[in-house]
Amino acid sequence: MRKIFLFIPLLAFLAVGVFLFRGLFMDPSKLPSALIDKPIPTFSLPSLYEPEQMLTADSLKGEVALLNVWATWCPTCLEEHGQLNKIAQEEGVTIYGLNYKDEPDKALRWLERYYDPYKLVVVDQAGSLGLDMGVYGAPETFILDRRGVIRYRHVGAVDEAVWQKLRSMMQQIEKEEV
Amino acid sequence: MRYLLLFLLLMPGFAVAAIEGYEFSSSDNERRFHSMTQELRCPTCQNQNISDSDAPLAADLRREVHRMIEAGESDQAIIDFMVLRFGDFVHYRPRLTSTTWFLWYGPYVLLALGFLAVILVSHNRRRKRRTLSPDDADAVSSADVVPDSENETGLEAHRLTPQEQQQLQKLLQQEQDK
Repeated sequence: MRKIFLFIPLLAFLAVGVFLFRGLFMDPSKLPSALIDKPIPTFSLPSLYEPEQMLTADSLKGEVALLNVWATWCPTCLEEHGQLNKIAQEEGVTIYGLNYKDEPDKALRWLERYYDPYKLVVVDQAGSLGLDMGVYGAPETFILDRRGVIRYRHVGAVDEAVWQKLRSMMQQIEKEEV
Repeated sequence: MRYLLLFLLLMPGFAVAAIEGYEFSSSDNERRFHSMTQELRCPTCQNQNISDSDAPLAADLRREVHRMIEAGESDQAIIDFMVLRFGDFVHYRPRLTSTTWFLWYGPYVLLALGFLAVILVSHNRRRKRRTLSPDDADAVSSADVVPDSENETGLEAHRLTPQEQQQLQKLLQQEQDK
């Protein structure tokens, strides 16, 4: 019985070791969203193409879709733009754009030059919707379900590997709602 | 050279110019602003609070904190506002939840275990000492008393039995024969 107590320091060491070892492979810059399973915050912001038209949270409902937060000042957004074009054109996925703290003129020119994968682009020049959604760096990509509820958030560029993951999640959400 | 050094020496004075000018309706509000911005973590540059960080997001959050304080919101309301958007991560003092209780109380638990171990070990040691022969225990406890070699009992302890005497003789004999 007493011998067992001698192993307690070893067990404690192993437990701490396991936690620290796991920590090596975690990316602290990827935060879980506080808004998972919550509806998109209410907003009323202009559309990029028709500035007089105001978009609201209802504009983003109806389909399982991606909401991509982007800006022309963000180099990683340009990096992932080709992938977004591919997703929208080849797979017919609905992608909404949130132009975050950017200038509408620059954004329009940018989309003309690199093609536009977005069904709608919300202009959030002051970053107020971004703040309400807990955006802390562009690009960020959210999965929305038909009711406009946020189901997942990815921080960073969407590449092929990330898209595989997002696609299977979207298919899952499509299925559960039918 | 001397002038350059003087200039470098004065450099920190110029840095003050970078601080944003927030106006407060009372000194109490100002004090609260400083304590709040030091307690909230910047989600972009994660090891800085929003008071220290230069990130654009930190500037937005400082503006929000200023706006809410001036609007008469409580500290708790401001923290709730941030946590709702950015998650528990944003607060340097994590809330007490089922997942964070070990973080809060773990050190006290470990301290208590440490004390318990020390008490158990010393208790065991004392008990072991008591179970030794009473003479030995006396010798240990009265170490400051110089044992008297002339003492009858002292000699008695060193006296060999006839058998041992014989054995000693034999060994000495062998040694001489070589």
